[in-house]
Amino acid sequence: MSDNDDFLEMFFVECDELLDNLSTGLREMEEPGHEIETVHSVFRAVHSMKGAAAAFGLSDLVTFAHRFETVLDMLRSNKLVADPPVMAVLHRASDVLTDLVAAARQSEAGDQSRMQELLSELDGLIGADAEEEEENFDFVPLALDLGPIDIADQATAFDITFAPDADLYRSGNDAVALLHALGQLGDATVEADTDAVPPLSEWSANQPRLRWRITLTTEATETEIKEIFEFVLDCCTLEVTRSAIDACPLPDSETTEVAPASTDDAPEPLAASETEKGHPATTVAGAQVNAPSANATIRVSLDRVDKLMNMIGELVIKESMLNQVVETAGFTENPDVYTALEGIRQLAGDIQESVMSIRAQPLKLVFQRMHRILREAADATGKQVRLEMLGEATEVDKTMIERLVDPLTHMIRNSVDHGLEDAVTRQRRGKPQQGTITLSAAHRSGRVLIEVADDGGGIDRTRVRQIAEERGLVSPDATLSPSEIDALLFMPGFSSKSEVSDLSGRGVGLDVVRREIMALGGRVMIQSQEGEGTSFSITLPLTLAVLEGMLIQIHDQTMVLPITAVQETLRPTGASLHGVGKNGRLLSNRGELIPIVDVACTFGLRRDMAPLEEGVLIVVETDSHRRAALHVDAIFDQRQVVIKSLEENYGRVPGVSAATILGDGNIALIIDPEEIVQSSVSEHHRSSIAYAANG
Amino acid sequence: MSHNAIGKNDVVAFKLADQDFCIDINLVREIRGWSPTTALPHAPSYVKGVINLRGSVVTVVDLSERLGFGPTELSPRHVVIIAWHEGRVVGLLADLVSDIVTIDQSTMQPVPDIASDPSREFITGMITFDDGRILRKIDLAQLLPAPEMVDG
Repeated sequence: MSDNDDFLEMFFVECDELLDNLSTGLREMEEPGHEIETVHSVFRAVHSMKGAAAAFGLSDLVTFAHRFETVLDMLRSNKLVADPPVMAVLHRASDVLTDLVAAARQSEAGDQSRMQELLSELDGLIGADAEEEEENFDFVPLALDLGPIDIADQATAFDITFAPDADLYRSGNDAVALLHALGQLGDATVEADTDAVPPLSEWSANQPRLRWRITLTTEATETEIKEIFEFVLDCCTLEVTRSAIDACPLPDSETTEVAPASTDDAPEPLAASETEKGHPATTVAGAQVNAPSANATIRVSLDRVDKLMNMIGELVIKESMLNQVVETAGFTENPDVYTALEGIRQLAGDIQESVMSIRAQPLKLVFQRMHRILREAADATGKQVRLEMLGEATEVDKTMIERLVDPLTHMIRNSVDHGLEDAVTRQRRGKPQQGTITLSAAHRSGRVLIEVADDGGGIDRTRVRQIAEERGLVSPDATLSPSEIDALLFMPGFSSKSEVSDLSGRGVGLDVVRREIMALGGRVMIQSQEGEGTSFSITLPLTLAVLEGMLIQIHDQTMVLPITAVQETLRPTGASLHGVGKNGRLLSNRGELIPIVDVACTFGLRRDMAPLEEGVLIVVETDSHRRAALHVDAIFDQRQVVIKSLEENYGRVPGVSAATILGDGNIALIIDPEEIVQSSVSEHHRSSIAYAANG
Repeated sequence: MSHNAIGKNDVVAFKLADQDFCIDINLVREIRGWSPTTALPHAPSYVKGVINLRGSVVTVVDLSERLGFGPTELSPRHVVIIAWHEGRVVGLLADLVSDIVTIDQSTMQPVPDIASDPSREFITGMITFDDGRILRKIDLAQLLPAPEMVDG
């Protein structure tokens, strides 16, 4: 039973990939001048799923996939043109198929009415051919029927020659499995042709020399026979001819019979023939291992990679401990010790980078799902929307990929629902009727930037302000800058459409998006231009595991500041410092006035601000391009630190993103520059924007 | 492992300001000596900070402060009881661990109304012994800061 479960799990993993191929393929089909191979690949994806689903007895999936496949086959043979209405049906069918797979995974029945609806839509496309295809469909359960097959009157005999190329084995196909499959169609006599097998001295393990001649008596048509070889057609030589003598020849002593029921004891032809010639059978395995493969991949469970990542985290900590020990022992002067330590440090860095690259996955995996979300959102609102994607090859950590799906889904829906105007308004404003939503990703200074931008009307700030006041989120007499008003959208309980819409007004607001992104160590920001559109940007750390940081002293504590935020460090001098009021302090740096934040005070570690002449100023720039000078007591070092969650056992601490373990085994807090700068600003405003420190 | 009869279970007993307290042994993971913590900004006064417990970050709660006895004057002789509660690991700072006691659930009495002492809300019951000793059983759920309380 558990074996079966394993297979089932593998099937679902494969389905995910096939569904991905399917949706990619369908989109490519919409582009002008696509290649016929695209249609083939879409067909193959659906066909493979149907085949595998049949093996697991997932009848809904099989029925649906079959009908889907029929339509695709018509496209393939040019009986149907892929015009927009057809493509729309295909997209919907692909969505239903995705749902059916998801339902099967949960062992649920799935949405039957939606499936029936789509089935009839597909039938509409199939049209007159439907009945003929219906008959054809009956062969599917036959694939599962292991019982002996009656040789009916109309059985025909075929002569089949099958000569696999090296590529067939390289791509993981098994000639024996194909022969077995043939055997299931009817009565098959298989004869191995060993003529081409050279003497042992000339034997090359990489070059298959075996060919098979099969005589098959079956009710199946030639097409059905060829279908078995569908996936290996380009890496074998196959000839199927109707036998001249329409009879089933008796197997002679030199042939191997592959009968439907005797699958288990049929000898492995390649190995058998080798033994005949005196070769050890093990060369087969050797040949496949040695076969050069351009893109060899393995599937590894995420657990193992995570474990590796954790161990590397420990390695980084141990390495810094070692450093400290060496330093205390006074060995640092010794150049050999120094070189050895440096070597270890470098190696640890390299290992860590390699593991991170194992975990890295392109954002395409999330972005792709957004097509469907957009389609459904567009349907629900009756707006015409186009999705443009840029930089989907940008890689981020695998865990992040999974956790980005919900926030992005919500943001896309939000952009369609609230961001874009309806077609009439757009026309009046001289914009194309079809709105565009751009989803883009890029690496920027050690972080990943994802943007969801629309070309809609922009944020109506007066309206946002009014709603926020109605809901009591902000007091009527507060002075708010445009960006502060935009930030109101992220407040819990804010929903900007007066009537709750079916689509994005489900009581889940942008505040949830913000919270989810923050949980990933990321941040969300809005830029909006009236009449031109709104853009949400998310910045995320590259990994959730390590960070390059600057070790600084704050009062009596060592803390870590992410190096990506640091712009410059300087020792303050009297001339560049200015006071503003009682507590405000500014640094004038190259003609720019930058607010000074006393970190120890903001964290409540010290009551009074330290005199500026002592300590160091670190100029940081936050993700929202805000600049501030952090006043700290001293700077120690710069190093890689392992990120440890504080939230797991405690909770969120304002101004702190996480914790890490230092070389001496103590814990140091990692400062969140954005929050610490913001909290010092809101100290003045108290405008209840964004978050308020509870200190 | 001794198999206790129904209605009996083991507790870890510890002392705080000369009073005896206990928590369910199933919640205790280990007991270690006090080591300096890293203070957390904006944390409630009874949260001493965090320590490194073999690579994970664990919050240490000063029980004495939490129960209203005032902050513990720290020395290396103090102990931290590492306990586990609803998926979170927490360190409880105590004066010393005295014993592991098997208690009979039936000897557990509800807490009498003793005015509005802060410790009352953290104690689920009292166990009396023949020698007149009283063990106060602590409710971890009440003791720990709720995650949303800490959240800004």
